[in-house]
Amino acid sequence: MNNPNKKRLRRTMMFLNCQKPGLIKDPYIYQPDSIMLDLEDAVAEKEKDAARYSLYHALQEIDYRGVEKVVRINGLDTGLWREDIRCAVAGGCDSIRLPKTETPKDVEMVEQAIDSAEQEFGIPKGKILIIAALESAKGVLNAGAICSSSERLFGIALSGGDYTKDLQTTLSGTGVELMGARQHMIIAARAAGVQCFDTVHTNLDDMEGFRREVQIIHDMGFDGKSIINPRQIPIVHEIYTPKPKEIIFAEKVVREIDEKKAQGIGVFTVDGKMIDIAFYDGAKRTLALAKASGVYDGEL
Amino acid sequence: MEIKKPAVAGTLESSDCMVTVEPGGNGVEFDLESAVIRQYGYQIRKVTMETLERLGVKNVKIRMVDKGALDCTIKARVECACYRANEYKGYLPWGGVIR
Repeated sequence: MNNPNKKRLRRTMMFLNCQKPGLIKDPYIYQPDSIMLDLEDAVAEKEKDAARYSLYHALQEIDYRGVEKVVRINGLDTGLWREDIRCAVAGGCDSIRLPKTETPKDVEMVEQAIDSAEQEFGIPKGKILIIAALESAKGVLNAGAICSSSERLFGIALSGGDYTKDLQTTLSGTGVELMGARQHMIIAARAAGVQCFDTVHTNLDDMEGFRREVQIIHDMGFDGKSIINPRQIPIVHEIYTPKPKEIIFAEKVVREIDEKKAQGIGVFTVDGKMIDIAFYDGAKRTLALAKASGVYDGEL
Repeated sequence: MEIKKPAVAGTLESSDCMVTVEPGGNGVEFDLESAVIRQYGYQIRKVTMETLERLGVKNVKIRMVDKGALDCTIKARVECACYRANEYKGYLPWGGVIR
């Protein structure tokens, strides 16, 4: 099961309430990398059934123009999640987001339900991926095991609201209460070779705070951020797009390493900086990100 | 599918429609209110009737207040109202009569 979409670009993953047809009809105009069609918290309890019909027909009929379609299902502690998965898989989603993930077993249960749904609706086995949201101290502590729990799992995401509640604190705006979880999760994700995503920033009047937060998670190594409003998209994309200086340097690094390797030279300098093979993958990633962001069309 | 009791689905928000169904005994009685009835009334009626036919609803009084809903929303709201009215609680036939 080697799904090429596991590593796709996911700088912005935008939540949309499936209960609201006006929200899910044309979000692609804002060009997020992924949309997360929500059947969980955003949907009122008595409208859970209605949200599924809307989701199914939206997935079937709306051309989301290459934007990844992730469906956030209801938690495993509800009686809703299995039917959520049947609906999402039958409709043609790309991925399932599991909320409140605490153990590898949670992911395995979802994987089994996806297996059944793919078989029932004639979808190729392994097409549908999984992202696990960690929303508790237990979930964050188990991040390493969760990251390795399924071939379908492309990443983990922090859910800051519930996580801070579990820590018996609140979101302060400084990020201090999320520091440990963020650091632990990115390390766990990288060790397992999966992606890692930050929590939402809910104060839309504080765009400066949002920008600072995105810069921090970018510098920590996160692949992207969950977002709740189209206004947040350009800021994330701007911060995640490699600057011309970085692209030129990455190009030089890749070319020089390829050349020097052939000559049997291991360590050398580029623009006055010591370079060895350890820089290769990072430089390649910068170029891939630049290409995906539409600011580089070179051959490397 | 039998419409056993009155049921409602949808809202009066933009891009949505509110669908009310009640048990009927005289085929499908469809009442439509829409600001774009002149432009899209035919299409809205067509999508509604096709959806009811797929669901096997033969006798129903159905009222729709449209606020600019796309076809996919009309189908979703009609289906939701009918399944609520039928009091159906099992697994749904995604890709079958729901399509």
